[in-house]
Parts: sequence; structure tokens; C-alpha cells
Amino acid sequence: MLRFLVRRLIGAIAVLFAISILVFLIFNVVPATNPAQRIAGKNATPQLIKSVEEEWGFDKSLPEQYWTQMKLIFTGQVTSYNSHVNIDERILEGIPATASLCIGAAIIWLAFGILFGYLSAIRAGGFTDRALTVLALIGISMPVFWLASILLYYLTYKIELFPSNGYQPLSNPWEWFTHLILPWISLAVLYVGFYSRVLRSSMLDVMNEDYVRTARAKGLSHRRVMTRHVLRNSLIPVITLFGLDFGAVIGGGAIITEFMFNIHGVGYFTAEALKNQDFPSIMAVAIFGAFFIVLFNMFVDIAYAYLDPRIRLGTQAT
Amino acid sequence: MSGPLLEVDGLRVGFATEDGRVQAVDGVDFRLEAGEVLAIVGESGSGKSVTAQTIIGLTRSPNTFVEGSVKLNGEELTTQTEAQLQDVRGSKIAMIFQDPMTSFNPVYSIGRQMVEAIRAHDRSIDKKAAHRRAAELLDAVGIPDADRRVDDYPHEFSGGMRQRAMIAMGLALEPSVLIADEPTTALDVTIQAQILDLIQDLNRSRGLATILITHDLGVVAEVADRVLVMYGGKVVERGSLDDIFYDPQHPYTWGLLGSLTRLDQPRPHRLPQISGAPPSLLNLPTGCAFRPRCPHEFGKCGEVPGLEARLADSPEHRDRCWLTPEQKRAMRQIEGRIGLEEPA
Amino acid sequence: MSEALLEVTDLVKHFPIKSGLLIDRTVDYVRAVDGISFNVAKGETLGLVGESGSGKSTACRAVLQLLKPTSGSVKFEGREIAGLGRRDLQPLRREMQMIFQDPYASLNPRKRVGQIVGDQLKIQKVASGKELRTRVEGLLDRVGLSPEHINRFPHEFSGGQRQRIGIARALALEPKLVICDEPVSALDVSIQAQIVNLLDDLQDEMGLTYVFVAHDIGVVRHISDQIAVMNHGKIVETGDADQVCEHPRDEYTKKLLAAVPIPDPKESRARRERTTAG
Repeated sequence: MLRFLVRRLIGAIAVLFAISILVFLIFNVVPATNPAQRIAGKNATPQLIKSVEEEWGFDKSLPEQYWTQMKLIFTGQVTSYNSHVNIDERILEGIPATASLCIGAAIIWLAFGILFGYLSAIRAGGFTDRALTVLALIGISMPVFWLASILLYYLTYKIELFPSNGYQPLSNPWEWFTHLILPWISLAVLYVGFYSRVLRSSMLDVMNEDYVRTARAKGLSHRRVMTRHVLRNSLIPVITLFGLDFGAVIGGGAIITEFMFNIHGVGYFTAEALKNQDFPSIMAVAIFGAFFIVLFNMFVDIAYAYLDPRIRLGTQAT
Repeated sequence: MSGPLLEVDGLRVGFATEDGRVQAVDGVDFRLEAGEVLAIVGESGSGKSVTAQTIIGLTRSPNTFVEGSVKLNGEELTTQTEAQLQDVRGSKIAMIFQDPMTSFNPVYSIGRQMVEAIRAHDRSIDKKAAHRRAAELLDAVGIPDADRRVDDYPHEFSGGMRQRAMIAMGLALEPSVLIADEPTTALDVTIQAQILDLIQDLNRSRGLATILITHDLGVVAEVADRVLVMYGGKVVERGSLDDIFYDPQHPYTWGLLGSLTRLDQPRPHRLPQISGAPPSLLNLPTGCAFRPRCPHEFGKCGEVPGLEARLADSPEHRDRCWLTPEQKRAMRQIEGRIGLEEPA
Repeated sequence: MSEALLEVTDLVKHFPIKSGLLIDRTVDYVRAVDGISFNVAKGETLGLVGESGSGKSTACRAVLQLLKPTSGSVKFEGREIAGLGRRDLQPLRREMQMIFQDPYASLNPRKRVGQIVGDQLKIQKVASGKELRTRVEGLLDRVGLSPEHINRFPHEFSGGQRQRIGIARALALEPKLVICDEPVSALDVSIQAQIVNLLDDLQDEMGLTYVFVAHDIGVVRHISDQIAVMNHGKIVETGDADQVCEHPRDEYTKKLLAAVPIPDPKESRARRERTTAG
């Protein structure tokens, strides 16, 4: 197990390193225009461009440029020339909003995804299954921006059931909660669809396994067979999938949802940066997002090893 | 103790499938007494596994139709509720299956799964006590270093050890009937011999009654007392071990016996074989199900033969074949062996 | 005395076991095949018997160069093939074929029977078009299937029929050597004899040389001229099939034979009494 962990950790660091190089190359080397100009932004004066060149080291060799830029990003000194804001600070400020959105949505999508998947599987082929399948497909097919628009229009404008003025911090719990309900639903609907299908499929496979038959032959109650044997094994792919999905959204991947609902989190920041072609910001969020995805990838691998002893212990029979 | 332990009468099991109704089991009767081993022999589609699983109600579903009676110590099982059957499973009738690798849940240790079996019917049993009992049981079936191995995972056991653990788990609650569905098919021959010895020992020492399901007549010869031969969902021959091996009455039994290889006899020029293939249950022939493959068939075979005792001195030896006993004895011997086809 | 078609000398296949925190170091080997030698004469059958883990399946693959041997020599028709590169092996593949155990897994479910059997003829540029079709139909007929099965898919057939398709595929290129890896173990008992007899017939008709691997010693003895018994990667005994089965010399062979159930109740009881008494 130790060997497994050490290797995963080293692998994760190596991947992050590779990503940082890739980001660097994409933003600085690949485009044909003067990098200093791009960084300085749309309204740059020639003096500004010159000072950017020096600060960012564009007159030096590539590896030195890489080193300088990474230093800037990681020590929190990189500033957007567009908005004159310290990028790293802005990202940190956005984390609570993004976390609130993503964790809440994740709880909803896990709960409903598993519930619907379970119901579909135990009544496979029946009416419940078919109905839930249709719902799942609708959920998967609905674009987030469309769903968000519909919810906003009907539930905050036509009928003022929910507030619409963006994110409210946790200091006021009720406001925080009511402002997040619609965003949670928008973000979760897609995943509920996916997860219910994944669990359904996984459960149908597991229910046909020999060990489930053994469990029944031992005289175990139906409930015990379903929880200890069927669900325990069926959830493994769901959990691993969840790790990856969650890593992606919390790394600033819920861009559209945050933008539509005016939640000033990392995703919102990313949307703005893209709109304004603010390269330093885009680079920073790219690395931020990559970090979370790699981190959660590693968590998923570790969780998988915990859940399946064959992976943990190796497969040598004695 | 009067009366048989297990009585099966007129058992019929049908499944509703997309392609129509399939009669997997079509009229099976037998009695099982304490201390004896009944072998049910057959190939794919014979209905042997479905019969076994139906005894403890594992085949129940909205698409399954069960008729007939299964009585354990006089008590009818087919009409019991699922909860009542759960009580029977494991504690009164235990069942073990073919592939011990896939029959254990790979994510729990063997010990944990055994503890689960031990506490299944009585949650008041202390977990630690159950764990100790699990280790004792593993030791009793011959697993070395049982105290340590009880916490190992299924993939850390070899095939033979896993099957022993499976048997230990099955007998944990001291049931009176053990149903073993092809318990040695997935095992090496040396391990098979050990497992069969183990089953026989347990039979004798505990007065266990065992139903052994297999396609391997060699295994049958080693451990069985009585034999049921199934084909196409019906019992086509039934009798004592000696009856079946030394005076087989049904052409299918001849075919099975004939295609066996004997290490203690010289090789035949050609392995006697049965032509054709086991029937699809969706498309059973009219009359005797074996007719399309039987070189001795004649007009009357268009009528399904009843399972009857046709030998005057052996009322327990029954078969489903219209040929007279004299005709059967005449047609049976080929090249000094029992077979169905002339060598090329 | 026919000359040896296949000569295997000191064949070894080890699989490395790696361990280590950061860097994989090879700490030990799984000695799947640990130095085996045998010869198979043209037109004869060598039976390879052993239990799981004995190495018999790995040996087959190493002989056919489906796995690269760790060391040792494999001579086919006098020519060394161990360690040959893919290019050099390509023409040899026509001469050496394999039949597999699981008739459900060894046929591509998305291909039609005609394709499964005929693809190799196309790839090796032996035949095409109408001639290809005629040859495929001929092969299907030879193995006891009907030519109209050419357009069906594997799932429409029973286990025994699929095994026949596998045999037809192996014979398409008219090989000299066919290695049969447990060809009947997954089949119903009443079908096993059919397939064994078919293989026997085909051997006589086409002058094939077989290496027949199985754990059922009875079946192996029936079809083999010579038998080699494997245990833990080594051959512990070789000899004439009847000799090995009736007068085994090695302890393991004796143990193996003693464990085979005798399908004769009286004999089986007598043997048991002999072992408890002795």
C-alpha cells in the first residue's frame, strides 16, 4: 500500500509539472504575436509592453521565462494588466463561492443519482425504470445555460420564488441557502442523469454475480443482500466517477452555472478572463483547475484501492 | 427418525422468457434420507441446477412458475414466504456452487463472509465468538493456519482452499441437507479428490444428506449412493449407483457411460459418442426428448414415455424408455463397452 | 520412424515479479516454464497433462512464439524459431495453429463465421473471391457444419458447434502443427467425444501433428501417442501414452493418476480399500 501511495504522489507531481509546461507553451510560445503585448492587454501603451517584457522576462531564454512566470503565479504576484487586480488573490476570494456551489450540487447529485439508479435497477424493465430512464436522458440532454435561463426566468422573474442577485456569503445562512438552490439544481441535473445510469448498469451487472447468489443461499435478508453485497460493489465505479467529476467542477469547471447565476467564484472569474482575453488570469485558472483534477484523480485511485482489496494487496494466491 | 428428510414430488419449473415459455424442469420426484448422497447427473439444459435452486427458492421471480411440492421434514417449502425461506437457507438446507472464486464477494475477507453466514439467522451472536467459530470451521475442513487465514481475502486463497472455505461456510449452521452444485468442476483432479473425500466424511460423521449435482460420472461413481439422470428437464433414469452403472436402462445413460474414458482399460479404437446436441428447451421434440439422438428409436417414441420401473426385481430402478428390458440388454453392448455408435 | 516435426529443448519462460517503492526492481521470477524438452514426430500426437499452474498453457504459447521464450530452443522442421522476429515468423504462422479452450471467448462475436474462418486465407493472400468462399465452405463441411452457416454469427451456435468453427479456422491454412489447448473442457460431456473423434479423423485425413493439452488424463490418453506430464513448470515424466498411464514412474504422475475418479463403483470401492489398507 505504501508503494502504491508513493507512486501515485510522484505521478501526480509529475503530471502537474507537465501541465504547467504545457500551459506555458500554449500561452507564450505557440501564438504568433508578441507575448508581452498579449499579456499587457488590449489597451497597452508601448511603455507598458516594454515593462511587461522585462518583468516577465520575454527577453530571456525560454526556460528562464518559464521559471519567471511560474514564480509569479505561485508567489501570488501576478497581476492582470487589464483589471489591475492580483490574480491569485481574486482566485482565493472566489473559492468559498465555488465551494458552496459545488459541494451543495454534489450532495444533491449523489443523493438523487444513487436513489434513481437504485430504483431503476431493482425494477429494471418496469414502468419506474422506463420513467426514470427518460428523466435521466432529459437531464443529460438539457444544456446548463438553457436550464439556468428557464429557472431564472420562471422562478425569479415571473414568480419571485427565489432571489437572483448572485451569491451571498455564509455569514447569513438563510440568504446563502436560498441564493444557491437554483444554481445547485442547474448544476446537479446533468449529473443526476449520468449517475443514475451508471449505477443502474453497475447494479444490474453485480446482481447477476455468483456471490450475490451465495449471499441469498446463506439466508441473508433481502435488505442485507442489497446493501452489503450489491450496493457495496456497484458503488465502486460511481465513487471513482464522482471523484473525477467533483475535481473538475471545484477546480473552476462550473463556468456556465456561475456566470448565469452571477456567483462570483473561480468559474465566474474564468468566464470574465476569457471574455477579456486576459491571459495571465487564464493561465492561472488553468493551473488552478489542473491542480484540483490531478488531486482528485489521486484520491480516486486511493479510494479504489481501499474499496477493492485485490488492488490493494496484489493478486498473489498462497 | 421416520420419513425421508427431503421429499420432492412432481416438481415443475417454467420460465417466461422473451422467446416464450421454457419448461426447465418437467416433473421431478425423489426422496432423500439422512446420510445418503443423491447424485443428479445431466448436461446443459437438463434442469439439474434449476431443480436444486428451486428447492430453496432461489429461482423465485415474477417470471418463474413453480408447480409441485418440496417438503423438508414434512414441511412444504414451495408455499413459504421469502422471509420463511430465508430462515431455511443456510440453517436447514445449505447450498454451495461451482466456482468458488466468483462465489465469494471479492471485497470482504472470507472470515467476514463466514461471520455473516453464522449471524444471518441470529443477530444476537457475538461477533467475536462468530469469528472464532469461523476459524474453527476452516480448521475443521483442513485449511492450515486457519486463525490467520480467516482474515484473508478470497483472491488470496487457492481454488481448492476456497472451495473448502465454501463448504465450511455452508455447514456453519449445521444444516441437515447440503446441495452441492458442481462443486469440483472448476478444480484440479487432485483437489477434486480431496473435496469429494471431505464431502463423504461430513456425510458419514454428521449424517448429512447431500444432493450432488454433476455431469461427471466418475465423480458419481466415487461418492453417490443413488443417481438421477436428467435430460431436457425430465428424469430419464433413476436408481441405485450399481443399477445405473451396471444395468443402465436408458439410451442416454448408455451414451454418457460409453463416452467415458477408462484409464484402467485398453483404449477403444474410437470414443463412442452421442450424435447431435442437447435439446434447446424452447424447441423440445415431441415425444421422447432424446429421440433425435437415439439410434434405437422407433414408432412408439413419439409418445412421451412415463418414468416407470420396468424391471420386475428392481422397483426402485426406473427409466423413461419404451424398449423392453430384453431389447435394452441386447442393444447396449458395443465393443465390450456401453455405447451408442458403431466404431468407424 | 518419422522425423521430429517439433523439437523443444530446455524451453524456459519466466515472468519477472517487480517490487520497490520508487523504481521497479525485479525481485524474483514466476517460473512458469522451467526448462522443458520434448519432441513430436510428424503425424503423431503429444499429450501434455498437468494441473492448473503447471505451465502447460504457457508452454504452448512459448512454443508458438506467442510469448517470447526467456531461453531455450524450439525447432520446427529442423529450423530454429525461438527468438525470431515478427517478420520471420509471419510465414511460419501458416504452419502452426492453435485451438483454444473457450468456444465462447475465442470467436469474435461481431464477425460472421465465414469471415472468422476465411480471414487468414485473405491476410496471407492464399485465396480470395470465389475460391475463398469455396474453400471456407469446404472447411465448414469437413468439421461437420453446413456451408449455409457461413453468414451466421457465433452466438447463434452451441458450444460444440463453436468449437468446430474454431477448428475450421485453425485448419484454414492447412498447417502442419496444431496445438489444442483444452479444446473440450468447456463442452458438455456428450459433445466432448464428438470433438475428440473429429480431431482424430482430421489428423488422419490431413496428416496433422498435434500437441494436445488437457487436464482430463483420460481424454489425453485416448488421443495421444506420447504423453508428457507437467508439474510446476517442469516435465516430470514422458513416454508412450499407455505406458505412462498404466506404469507411471514419477511420484507426481502416480498421484495424479490415483486421483482420477474411476467411473466404475466396484473398482472405485476396491481402490479405496487398497489405499486405506496400504
